[in-house]
Amino acid sequence: MSIADASAAAYVTAQKQMLAQLPGGGISSLDAHRAGAVDQLARLGLPSQRDEDWKYTSIRSITKSAFTPAEPGGDCPAAFFNGHEIANLNALRLVFVDGFFAPALSDHSDLPRGLHIGGMAQGLRDDGARLAAHLGTALGLIPHGFAAMNSAFVADGACVELEAGLRIDRPIELIFVCGVSGEGLLSLPRNLIRLGVGSQATVIERYLSFDRSRGLNNTLTEIILDEGATLDHCVLQSLGERMFHVGGLFASVAKDATLRSTTVTTSGALVRNDARVNLDGERASVHLDGCYLAFGRSHIDNHTHIAHNHPNGISRETYKGVLGDRGRAVFHGRIVVKPDAQKTDSEQNNQNLLLSEEAEIDTKPQLEIYADDVKCAHGATVGQLDETALFYLVSRGVDRATARRMLTQAFAADVLNGVQCEPLREHLQHLASARLDAALSEQASDQVGDLGRDEAAPVTQ
Amino acid sequence: MNTSTKELGDLVGREYKEGFVTEIDSETLPPGLDEDVIRFLSAKKSEPDFILQWRLESFRRWQRMDTPTWAHVHHAPIDFQAISYYSAPKRDEDRPKSLDEVDPKLLETYTKLGIPLEEQKALAGVAVDAVFDSVSVATTFKDKLAKVGVIFCPLSEAMANHPELVKKYLGSVVPASDNFYAALNSAVFTEGSFVYIPKGVRCPMELSTYFRINALNTGQFERTLIVADEGSYVSYLEGCTAPMRDENQLHAAVVELVAMKDAEIKYSTVQNWYPGDEEGRGGIYNFVTKRGACRGENAKISWTQVETGSAITWKYPSVLLEGKGSVGEFYSVALTNNRQQADTGTKMIHIGENTSSTIISKGISAGRGQNAYRGLVKVVKSAKNARNYSQCDSLLMGDQCGAHTFPYLEVKNPTATIEHEASTSKIGEDQLFYCRQRGLSEEDAVSMIVNGFCKEVFRELPMEFAVEAQKLLGISLEGAVG
Repeated sequence: MSIADASAAAYVTAQKQMLAQLPGGGISSLDAHRAGAVDQLARLGLPSQRDEDWKYTSIRSITKSAFTPAEPGGDCPAAFFNGHEIANLNALRLVFVDGFFAPALSDHSDLPRGLHIGGMAQGLRDDGARLAAHLGTALGLIPHGFAAMNSAFVADGACVELEAGLRIDRPIELIFVCGVSGEGLLSLPRNLIRLGVGSQATVIERYLSFDRSRGLNNTLTEIILDEGATLDHCVLQSLGERMFHVGGLFASVAKDATLRSTTVTTSGALVRNDARVNLDGERASVHLDGCYLAFGRSHIDNHTHIAHNHPNGISRETYKGVLGDRGRAVFHGRIVVKPDAQKTDSEQNNQNLLLSEEAEIDTKPQLEIYADDVKCAHGATVGQLDETALFYLVSRGVDRATARRMLTQAFAADVLNGVQCEPLREHLQHLASARLDAALSEQASDQVGDLGRDEAAPVTQ
Repeated sequence: MNTSTKELGDLVGREYKEGFVTEIDSETLPPGLDEDVIRFLSAKKSEPDFILQWRLESFRRWQRMDTPTWAHVHHAPIDFQAISYYSAPKRDEDRPKSLDEVDPKLLETYTKLGIPLEEQKALAGVAVDAVFDSVSVATTFKDKLAKVGVIFCPLSEAMANHPELVKKYLGSVVPASDNFYAALNSAVFTEGSFVYIPKGVRCPMELSTYFRINALNTGQFERTLIVADEGSYVSYLEGCTAPMRDENQLHAAVVELVAMKDAEIKYSTVQNWYPGDEEGRGGIYNFVTKRGACRGENAKISWTQVETGSAITWKYPSVLLEGKGSVGEFYSVALTNNRQQADTGTKMIHIGENTSSTIISKGISAGRGQNAYRGLVKVVKSAKNARNYSQCDSLLMGDQCGAHTFPYLEVKNPTATIEHEASTSKIGEDQLFYCRQRGLSEEDAVSMIVNGFCKEVFRELPMEFAVEAQKLLGISLEGAVG
């Protein structure tokens, strides 16, 4: 038994003990889904750096001690949210405490006709067979041990379903608060977002730490967009520095449907995001953006996989990162154009700003193209702030430190401009700026000798 | 379009021009590999003991290694016990002293290839160390090189005459444990070239070696070692063709380059081994380890390659940029047609301060060919102000081919500036139309566009190679698009 297998064993055992209490037991497709996943977890274990997809991310900090699956009933005071509001958002809100739906903290009254939102566990109890039929469809083959772990449980999470033709302006906010019930907890939210033909919605997933507890958040979101549907989706991770987060986004986008998803990661000990988008119909399109700010000892790994399975698909992908202190980031963007997917138009871009000696970036933009009539481009850069832009600002009387901060914030904010929902966009930009401000002022005092060296040089007069 | 499609079919279906087998009695070992085979190889070449020990150690390491599977290529497993590890033209004792003594059939082979040695002699500036299967049969221009102190000889000769140099540098860039095929090569390498350019010498001519795989079922394991001492310069050319046959042949070469302070090595390759028939039968498996080390300040290593042959190519000429201000370059054109598969690219490892590297890779996929660029740009903590620019472009012709890009960028120093760009496209209808209405045939138009696509790489090649490369691309591709 390898180390990886041993690290998974505790979770396999826990699943076996809890199986009887998991919601929706007896629904054959769900039983099969859980059984297949737990079997895969037992057989293959959690990933190691020998797996190409985990080459740059060691999960030793996660596997050195096993986390205990959280139980429902964590007590999160309503006051906790006061400091965490997104101004002017006016959203329908579902709150999850340690992965379990907390109706008392949620606001989902006055739902428009055709919109069904609620907890996964309740959904599986009430209407299990119908819901279970959708579970695992966007996920497809389970890619690694963490996704298998999530699928082995399917305890609770968010269910958002829109009937055909429904277009709602009011955003749907899913807030996941972690570590409410203490140290060493594992929360396993399993979310399902389904948009019917021609419908439109905005869904925001936010992951917050309750306090400084250590914990593992293993979440999996499946998105199923029917013909012509449009989903604006955002994942916002602002976790404590002792929090581990492994998030999966698995989407199937039908003909003429559009998925716009932005992932913003500002903190966390180790954050791994997997996004896998299948363009499953003609003219399907996806915009996948990301912004990661890795400071302190954060390790942020973004893996994306876009599969163009049909002709005339469009994909746009921009990931930007700012790294300082001992921050590490990984970007792996894979775009596959299948033989039938002629006239595919795909662009991918990854840009990184390195601010400290100890920071490290590993990036791997990858194209696999099996069709000939396509337009595909990708690019990746690693570098510093543009000296000419700095010079321009300094020549206009801005001091160097401010100029640096302005340019760094502009670099990160750029990728957030694609977010459609205005209050959310402003919140994200504010959040990124604040995070950078804090990090940069710390850095300025720490590392004057290094990054501030050109400040000392006299400007030619 | 239909008539031209037919013409295209004719062109694409053209038989491999260099496909012929010269009948020469070969002294060949029976297939199989064990320590005795290695001892036999070593004894046959009267090698010093340290080489034999090194071979044996490599072999033991190799036995513990697994066949790599990460490359984006597919092939049946290779039976290493079914390969014969030694084949030499007969009459070992009375090896030819000059061209006159060379087996006329050999010369004929070269004539067929269009590189007759007697003409090579006259060709100004080109010395040829021709490797026919595994033993060198002729080396020319030695005198001229000896005058300036340049050593250019078969590796076996270098082991006998310059053991100190061989001992110092062999395996110093590509250690035996580097990878599966490098370990295999270190155990069983049979021949290769050795070049040493002394301090401050600019090698007076282009050095070249023509490799050729001849005897059936003989894997060829070449080993090339080039050392450019301080302030020297050398340009080395390597070109390959091989006869037609039905069984896949393994070629696992190792090339090591060492550039000291202010030295420059330019290594150019045109590879045109038999790619297999339309269904991919036969054809060479080309699993090569090529690596250069810029050991001193301002050293420069430049790799240029044109890969049109082989059923499978698996090759990553790399540069270790150790010296301050050293420079690495990689220019590549890789073409895959029919069922050819190529997984090729480079590694640029930035270790010293102010090091810079450039990667220009052009992949052309036609028919059912699969072409992958796989590259690594690594900037370690010590490499201040490292600079890299990479560009990988792919051209697709036909709807059954594939073009893939697997770049890895690993950066641990904030002063590094790394840029990677890649694009994929096909020849535009409008481009073709434009050329056609200017009176160019479709074939000429395609050839012109492809040559334009590859121009950045071709202009890095020495003149005579550039001509050959363009011709090769023409033969392999003309009209493969409609």
